[in-house]
Amino acid sequence: MERTEYNLIIIGGGPAGLSAAVAAYDEGERSILVLERDTRLGGILNQCIHNGFGLHTFQEELTGPEYAQRYIDKLEERNIEYKLDAMVMSLESGKDGMKEIMAVSEKDGLMLLSARAVILTMGCRERSRGALNIPGFRPAGVFSAGTAQRLVNIEGYLPGRRVVILGSGDIGLIMARRMTLEGAKVLVCAELMPYSGGLKRNIVQCLDDFGIPLKLSHTVVRIEGKERVEGVVIAEVGPDRKPIPGTEEHYDCDTLLLSVGLLPENELTIGLGADMSRVTNGPVVNESLETSVPGVFAAGNVLHVHDLVDYVSEESAHAGVCAARYIRDYGGEAKEEVKRIPIEFGGGIRYTVPCSIDPGKVEKYLKIRFRVGDVMSSRKVVVYLDGKSVLTKKRRVMAPGEMEELVLTEKLLKAHPDLSRIEIKVEEDA
Amino acid sequence: MYDVVIIGAGITGCAVARFLSAYSGKFCVMEKSEDVCTGTSKANSAIIHAGFDAAHGSLMAKYNLLGNLMYPDLAKELDFAYINNGSLVLALSEEDIPKLEALKENGEKNGVEGLEIVDRVRLKSLEPSVGHVPVAALYAPTAGIVCPFGATVAFAENAYTNGVEFHFDTEVKGLTPAKDEEGNSCWVVQTAQGSVRTRAVVNAAGVYSDIIHNMVSENKIHIIPRKGDYLLLDRKTGGYVKHTVFQVPGKYGKGVLVSPTVHGNTIVGPTAEDIDDKEGNDTTSEGFDDLMEKAGLAFDDLPLRDVITSFAGLRAHEAKHDFILGEVSDAPGFFDCAGIESPGLTAAPAIGKEIAGELAKALNLAENPDFVGTRKGLPDPKSLPLEELAKLIQEKPEYGRIVCRCEQVSEGEILDAIRRPLGARSLDGVKRRVRAGMGRCQSGFCSPRIMDILAEEWDVDVADITKSGGHSELIVGFVKDRV
Repeated sequence: MERTEYNLIIIGGGPAGLSAAVAAYDEGERSILVLERDTRLGGILNQCIHNGFGLHTFQEELTGPEYAQRYIDKLEERNIEYKLDAMVMSLESGKDGMKEIMAVSEKDGLMLLSARAVILTMGCRERSRGALNIPGFRPAGVFSAGTAQRLVNIEGYLPGRRVVILGSGDIGLIMARRMTLEGAKVLVCAELMPYSGGLKRNIVQCLDDFGIPLKLSHTVVRIEGKERVEGVVIAEVGPDRKPIPGTEEHYDCDTLLLSVGLLPENELTIGLGADMSRVTNGPVVNESLETSVPGVFAAGNVLHVHDLVDYVSEESAHAGVCAARYIRDYGGEAKEEVKRIPIEFGGGIRYTVPCSIDPGKVEKYLKIRFRVGDVMSSRKVVVYLDGKSVLTKKRRVMAPGEMEELVLTEKLLKAHPDLSRIEIKVEEDA
Repeated sequence: MYDVVIIGAGITGCAVARFLSAYSGKFCVMEKSEDVCTGTSKANSAIIHAGFDAAHGSLMAKYNLLGNLMYPDLAKELDFAYINNGSLVLALSEEDIPKLEALKENGEKNGVEGLEIVDRVRLKSLEPSVGHVPVAALYAPTAGIVCPFGATVAFAENAYTNGVEFHFDTEVKGLTPAKDEEGNSCWVVQTAQGSVRTRAVVNAAGVYSDIIHNMVSENKIHIIPRKGDYLLLDRKTGGYVKHTVFQVPGKYGKGVLVSPTVHGNTIVGPTAEDIDDKEGNDTTSEGFDDLMEKAGLAFDDLPLRDVITSFAGLRAHEAKHDFILGEVSDAPGFFDCAGIESPGLTAAPAIGKEIAGELAKALNLAENPDFVGTRKGLPDPKSLPLEELAKLIQEKPEYGRIVCRCEQVSEGEILDAIRRPLGARSLDGVKRRVRAGMGRCQSGFCSPRIMDILAEEWDVDVADITKSGGHSELIVGFVKDRV
């Protein structure tokens, strides 16, 4: 069978893939294909019918589908090719630096494709009950919050009438409000950690405004009901996150929604053999958002889980630009040895994206995104280049639920021509 | 009037049905659940035991060995997944080595071939992932792994195609001896759907087999549900272990095993807890802790952070710890297959063949001239060469629409699972047949679509689609339906 060749193939037509495609086009690339596995472009935004998207990008409050449509329009205006219902089954490194893709779709059948560069924008999935080892029966009525969101907002189905939510991730919070508006009674939202993983505004607008209690340091210790959920027992947890005996509370309910974390969907990335981060579950990338496999880039939630789609779009646009430049400069051929300075970090930072920088590749500026592992107050983020403090950013409060960012300018990096060490530290701000 | 009514559509009942269908007669299987393989058969280690463990001279030993020998051919004839991967029993200290020798001796008496005690060096070459603790092992090259759903569905479909009726959602409430028009003994089987008469009854009711048995016999038996928790790891752990790795048995059965599955996952389990509730298959955090601790004795770096689901199964344990097989002395025409706990999955085809033979003799059944002993399983597009897959999708585009992204299952395969003889009616029925929803997201992405497909195919309201039959409806209604 023959392979169809493109310069750039983007895997995933959600917010990350759309933004990457548009940016690559605007950088001059014309041979682009976007592969989307769902029946429409836009990804998970299609089921996010609440508003609050786009405040940074468009200075407007849009719903998820509206936000997606802005980018879909840009794609259509540029006549960028895309295929729907197209599932990528495998991604491999081929000859002469080409990347080989096997995909299937109802319309196009089996497709063998090759590309000089690939951008991975597959997004993420929700952690399931199994990954949490929640004991008890396995009845119907246990849903991840995103599945419930799809059932309600896309299918028009009501998953249950009396609801307990475990986890205070943003989707769980949004679904607390949605289920309430659809006539269900949301009894409680339990969160294992002593702080919420969701955005402050969502706690206020989705729980507080509807009188739904948020119980921090609590978890589900038992699911009852053999056919359909009949009850859930939650208990307080100690500092070791283990349930404290005697604190159990029983809730009569027919539904348990889980909003207990998102996992980047990197099956293709792992299959390709790219280096992975055990912290983010995403690939390790450099300043160009390029993985350890030359010419394969990653952006959005497949790289690390974001809080806001605006940041996904911004990051993915950067990947699109870098992929277009890679095709222009190298044409898919192997690159010469590049300078790669790892970003070292400390003071409670869990990871940074990117993980390394080639200062010569930074045009104008580079955004570094990171998260901390605990709630901290009165801090400053300090950047050291070769041991010298060059940038300080004060932060009154930092929390694991809010992604942080720093900007390194080309000018700053150029001022250190023999740079060999980059460190980012969170320090007490006396 | 039936010739035989088989109670229970687990692996044993379906195996009896399949071998019985080689004879002429009117046969049916009655199952209280909505599908085959919903009790003990669906939640176990999925192991084909070599047969060294069961006490020499027991029925367990006899049928374990016979079943083990039957699986390789049956897997080909009936097209289900089976792999002869071999097993290892680890000695965790020098003191355990005599226990290995005792197992080997017992196994050889049972007729198990190829048993060998291997030292640590050989053990590490056979199973490189093994941790620092184990000192030696008993290697059994004839052990294997099987898809228990695939095997049960295969037996059932083949029986059905050869004329055996299946009645689901049909719980047997009573059994009474009676006489037919000619004065011959028969049984009246009472169910919520009415009564039927049959010349013979087979009790393959799993954890309920004592209730069925005690309806007809004065020699009471007591089946204790012995619960076992399991952890199932992501397919990305595939290859971590090659063999089924046991630890030297303790007083609660075979201890914790770590094994590959035929689909490339890793399974860890089971615990052993005797309970009263015959439906009490809830997992416990104590069980999970126990598994993790015991598995840690065999492996130093078992990837337990890759658990994708956990579940519990109930073994049908009888106090004497042996199978109860054959016609019951004070109930002529009533045949037990009771106390079928481990190695029941292994023994099932041998038990099926034996009981079918006994029934044929007792009822004087002739051979079925139309019997077809082979069955083609569901097509697996992923196993096809590229050119053939391309052709398949061209001819039937539904195979190009991937519904379950984790296990890469197409709409075509899901339709197959539903449209087969004895097709899937629930989400779990689809999952057990084609693995849609069996992967790492545990049906988060694919369940809404599969619910719609089930509703369309069975022509019912989507609100009536269940996870696993009964009142396990997935949704309670529609949004704005109270407006």
